[in-house]
Amino acid sequence: MSEHDEIDRVSGRSTTGHEWDGIKELNTPLPRWWVLTFYATIIWAIGYWAVYPAWPLVSGYTTGLFHYSTRASVATDLADLEKLRGQKMAVLGNASLANIEKDPVLLALARARGKTVFADNCAPCHGSGGAGAKGYPNLNDDDWLWGGSLDQIMQTIQFGARSGHAKTHEGQMLAFGRDGILKKDEIVTVANYVRSLSGLSTAPKFDAAAGEKIFTENCTSCHGDAGKGNQELGAPNLTDKIWLYGSDEETLIETITNGRAGVMPAWVGRLDPVTVKALAVYVHSLGGGK
Amino acid sequence: MTMGEAGLTSALAVFAFASFLGAAMGHDAAFSFHASLACVASLISVVMIGNRYLDRPAALPPAEIGGRPNYYLGPIKFASAMAMFWGIAGFSVGLMIAMQLAWPALNFDLPWTTFGRLRPLHTSAVIFAFGGNVLIASSFYVVQKTCRTRLAGDLAPWFVVVGYNFFILIAGTGYLLGVTQSKEYAEPEWYADFWLTIVWVTYLLVFLMTLVKRKEPHIFVANWFYLAFIITIAVLHLGNNAALPVSFLGSKSYIAWGGVQDAMFQWWYGHNAVGFFLTAGFLAIMYYFIPKRAQRPVYSYRLSIIHFWALIFLYIWAGPHHLHYTALPDWAQTLGMTFSIMLWMPSWGGMINGLMTLSGAWDKLRTDPVLRMMVVSVAFYGMSTFEGPMMSIKVVNSLSHYTDWTIGHVHSGALGWVGFVSFGALYCLIPWLWNRQLYSLKLVNWHFWISTIGIVLYISAMWVSGILQGLMWRAYTSLGFLEYSFIESVEAMHPFYIIRAAGGALFLIGALIMAVNLWMTVNAGKASEAEGAAALQPAE
Repeated sequence: MSEHDEIDRVSGRSTTGHEWDGIKELNTPLPRWWVLTFYATIIWAIGYWAVYPAWPLVSGYTTGLFHYSTRASVATDLADLEKLRGQKMAVLGNASLANIEKDPVLLALARARGKTVFADNCAPCHGSGGAGAKGYPNLNDDDWLWGGSLDQIMQTIQFGARSGHAKTHEGQMLAFGRDGILKKDEIVTVANYVRSLSGLSTAPKFDAAAGEKIFTENCTSCHGDAGKGNQELGAPNLTDKIWLYGSDEETLIETITNGRAGVMPAWVGRLDPVTVKALAVYVHSLGGGK
Repeated sequence: MTMGEAGLTSALAVFAFASFLGAAMGHDAAFSFHASLACVASLISVVMIGNRYLDRPAALPPAEIGGRPNYYLGPIKFASAMAMFWGIAGFSVGLMIAMQLAWPALNFDLPWTTFGRLRPLHTSAVIFAFGGNVLIASSFYVVQKTCRTRLAGDLAPWFVVVGYNFFILIAGTGYLLGVTQSKEYAEPEWYADFWLTIVWVTYLLVFLMTLVKRKEPHIFVANWFYLAFIITIAVLHLGNNAALPVSFLGSKSYIAWGGVQDAMFQWWYGHNAVGFFLTAGFLAIMYYFIPKRAQRPVYSYRLSIIHFWALIFLYIWAGPHHLHYTALPDWAQTLGMTFSIMLWMPSWGGMINGLMTLSGAWDKLRTDPVLRMMVVSVAFYGMSTFEGPMMSIKVVNSLSHYTDWTIGHVHSGALGWVGFVSFGALYCLIPWLWNRQLYSLKLVNWHFWISTIGIVLYISAMWVSGILQGLMWRAYTSLGFLEYSFIESVEAMHPFYIIRAAGGALFLIGALIMAVNLWMTVNAGKASEAEGAAALQPAE
């Protein structure tokens, strides 16, 4: 203890004799538990270095006793997963779509696989429950643009709609207003006529006969004489209560004026064949499959 | 006119002209806008230096008056006020993005208000603008008082505080305009980085020269921590921001490093920004303000030395724990993890010294909410420096990585430790600087409790949400498929995001109470009674 040292009355410890702006320091030794714990972590670290890859060398690194590598560990995990899924996926791949739906075990497997894949790939547009959104079809109802059989659903998933793939679904709603096929007042009239097809209210001065004439001349080639639609062309049924873009007069005028051509991407090549199959079964089982 | 005045004025005049050319010839609107800001700021600075020269007496302020140091307080007052301003701004933007996560419509579909631009605005505003100004203000104060000498330089300290805040302005407006080099916590583009380098080197020189001309035989522990913080941040800044601009008249640049090397540089920088900016710097604050406020000696000189050097040596290795299970080589991951574990006790050395300094003065926690705030901050420090090493363990990290747990961990450190120790320091510093009594201790008490509840809501929401997220991501069905899709885990986060936003709102309310309290202290506070050295100093 130097001559400057003094004893702190509260703790009974000496100070270091330094003072800065009134602040002094006590000569307290290091807490024993602190030192021991610090040493323990150092010893643990040295042990860990011996066991696992740790220190870089000139070319390479110390590999440790277990020769552990993250890459190998991922490979093992994936192999374990394959083992867990086992032959079941191969059976699924060989089975026909119809047989999958008949076999409860295969159906459960396909649905489980389909659910995960749907949520990660399809949900961004169709919603996590497949309920759809404006411009993105609801997959829970029994109204299908391109057909709701297992094969048709699988076809749509594989090649999409207007996706650019050679086998994709083609056909689009023309832009009757923008392309000058119909005049503005004609569009308003036929929009009201389309509303009348599904029993919706029409504007007070709506001329039904004129509407029917315009509809017959322009719309029936795709939507059919009765407006019931055509799944070959992806032309929606206009007589039901299900609307992809909306049924109010304003939206219908917008649809007829500018046309519609929503795109669904092709998934062939992005998802493997067994996964697409599982996805088709899953979507088919959502509620509205035919 | 001094050399400094003449030199800085001419340099700023040249810079104003160069910025004018840059604004006129800039390749993109953001660069031209920033060059215009630089031009205007340089011209205003030239005018202000000129005015000061005309107004001041022939001689510069003396280093001592009547045998006592004539402390330089002007730049410190400026930085303290800016800290409070940026704090409120940063907390508000934080609340905004927390609400955007809960209700995405609040992005407003505008580019300037999207989460992607506001998030770096929040992090930079709270870490660098709020935290940085607290560090600069407190370091300039502490180094003078504990060296018993006036701050080195005449214009240099002003250049540091104003130049630093100009950097913040360029960085922040850049984020809103979409200017970013896409490195977390190092988003500002090359010209802002270059400016910060000049400011930071000046900061280092002012600090060092003050230490050199100290009147005390030894250097106080707080100053070791400040110096480590200033030097290491300079090194990190230069390493991580090595970039080549596409054009010297445009805002875009490309980083010199690529791939996993770039990732390693980024987290060497990122983790040591935590270690040296948010830990070493604020430990310096703790080492001065807690003993000063509690009027007790520092608990252990020996512990302060050992934990200082251990902390400095070990922290710099810990960065790779941010890159567990990535393309980073296994050996580097191991080193990152083991050094993080060894860092546990060196970090706790600071906590022990902070808390045990209170021995013999624990009763003050009942009556002094400012001291209570600082002590609770040290407790949060201890908690997050235990949690950090734990999360660096690979098996724990495989659950916690990329989840909200990380956000919770960061905020227990940021709100609890950095926030509270800064608030405590400002509650001490503002009355000392302006020679006033703190306007209301009752308001400090309200601030303390409202913010503490806010922090608890925030971090517990993020803990639960983070662990839930981690468990949902790794859950497999018995058939061997993932149990949950990503979107389902997002849906599950919603209630926790609302609780987090509520916690953030409480923290912001606390800070607003503080701002009012400090404003009233400066503008309507009673003159300080002649206790302590600060009261005897001439006002500046």
